[in-house]
Amino acid sequence: MFEDIIKAFYIAKKDIKEYYLKPPTISWGIVFPVVFTLAFLLKGGPKSSHLIPGLIALALFFGTTSMAAASIVFERKIGSFERILLFPISYLGIALGKVLSSFIFGMVSLATLIIVVIPFILNVHIFSPLLVTVLVLSALMFSAFGVFIAFLIRDPTNTMLILNSFRLPMIFLCGIFIPVSSLPKFLQVVALLLPLTYSVEAIRFAIEGTFDIIPPIVSILLMIIIIISLLVLSSLEIKNMIP
Amino acid sequence: MIPLKHVIIAEKLVKYYGNFMAVKGISFRVKEGEIYGFLGPNGAGKTTTVRMLCGLAKINGGRAFIYGYDVTREIKKVKKIIGVVPDISNLYMELSCFDNLMFCAEMYGVPRSERKEKVLELLEFFGLENKKNVKFKALSKGLRRRLTIAAALVHNPKLLFLDEPTIGLDVKSKRQIWKLIRELNKRGITIFLTTHNIYEAFKLCDRIAIINEGVIVAEGTPTELRTMVSGSKIIELQVHPPIREPQVFSRIPGIVKVSTRQGAIRIMVNDVITALEGIIKLLKESNREIVMLNLMGADAEEVFMKLIDRTKESKKYSAG
Repeated sequence: MFEDIIKAFYIAKKDIKEYYLKPPTISWGIVFPVVFTLAFLLKGGPKSSHLIPGLIALALFFGTTSMAAASIVFERKIGSFERILLFPISYLGIALGKVLSSFIFGMVSLATLIIVVIPFILNVHIFSPLLVTVLVLSALMFSAFGVFIAFLIRDPTNTMLILNSFRLPMIFLCGIFIPVSSLPKFLQVVALLLPLTYSVEAIRFAIEGTFDIIPPIVSILLMIIIIISLLVLSSLEIKNMIP
Repeated sequence: MIPLKHVIIAEKLVKYYGNFMAVKGISFRVKEGEIYGFLGPNGAGKTTTVRMLCGLAKINGGRAFIYGYDVTREIKKVKKIIGVVPDISNLYMELSCFDNLMFCAEMYGVPRSERKEKVLELLEFFGLENKKNVKFKALSKGLRRRLTIAAALVHNPKLLFLDEPTIGLDVKSKRQIWKLIRELNKRGITIFLTTHNIYEAFKLCDRIAIINEGVIVAEGTPTELRTMVSGSKIIELQVHPPIREPQVFSRIPGIVKVSTRQGAIRIMVNDVITALEGIIKLLKESNREIVMLNLMGADAEEVFMKLIDRTKESKKYSAG
């Protein structure tokens, strides 16, 4: 297993060299969240600082999932994903490698966003160990989510369509702009099924010291469970890809 | 582990895609140090067989062992000792030649201290040392193919699978790849090669299995395959005035098949004397002169077509 973890890092390193400058990765993973965030913060000014937890989660979400989609779907399209299947590494190791490359890109996306929003968060006590933990867990969870969805997509030409059909509704359901507690009951149930909700709740607690409906310890535990589950599901999906 | 005699032992391998049976219970053995060819038309089951042997397709029936390891149960061990060159050059476009090989070395677990040296050695062996920092996407088709083969060798595999190694290449690149394959084999690497190029198989391989519609129809050395075909002599003929309907010869006893190639009539015979007597008689009757006459052994293409036809005929009879 240790050998597979090392190889997962090699996969991530290769992905960074290969995909970080691809147009879909940059546009959906960095430009979109930064522009989106700026649009809200410029309009609301310092009063909109309550949006920052949600917007940070959103940047991480788009950064990680865009990278996962670019690396996995593109490789499957041109046949180079099969090369990874030929190496002596477990399917779980492959899934972990893909999650790591998305995770690192998510951090790049987040760093870009933080630089952009610094003028708006000067009065926010932002960098605490809890926040760093929550951000790392969120990035890992979104990466695992993006990797799993990317392995599910059969037709690469539909990638962004399918990915956005998951991503865009989450913007409105997961507490970024509208608190989950103020949604109708059935939408609250839907929100609890979406990983972004737990990330927004935990980041909000780490920055503002308050949460909407999910206590931070629950969010953190659920994020860990979701990461492990999605990794296992992705490895099973890779196994199923072998005809 | 089972006692080692052959590097590949395949027993009654079966592969289904849905309801379609792509490989129909084939068995073969590959000896250490040989170049073993899998020759067949497109869709014959060649690539499917390679994919089953290297873990890219599940085996639906039968068993396969590589260096004694069960391909189904011990695929990770198998992957460590084999190199695979797929039918497409699928390295990473944005990575340089050096980085592509380094990545493969890392993934195959080549020790850190040996990686760089091994990669540079391969770049030199494949004549790519001056392309070290060039991105894969900037290489020509031939160079991409060479780098793809190099990538399968970074961990010094004992057995190399080459799936259609020269497909889509120009003549010069093809010859370069053939030369490289021979050199690799001389260095002790056993090679399992699939091709639909009859000339390539007969030129390179020590032994060839001819596969068609998921079944091995013949196996042997190129010489053995030639002798397997009963009508293994060809009469090549040019006459004056030319004959418009060369099929007129097919009525003559001893003649198996008549065709034309580059202005000459090619007659496959199983009894040379009887056939020649008949041909000369027919030419005299029609007042024609022989301009050129050649008697030769059947070439690879004829052998291949005959063996493929033979299976079709036997199928027809068994169906009837």
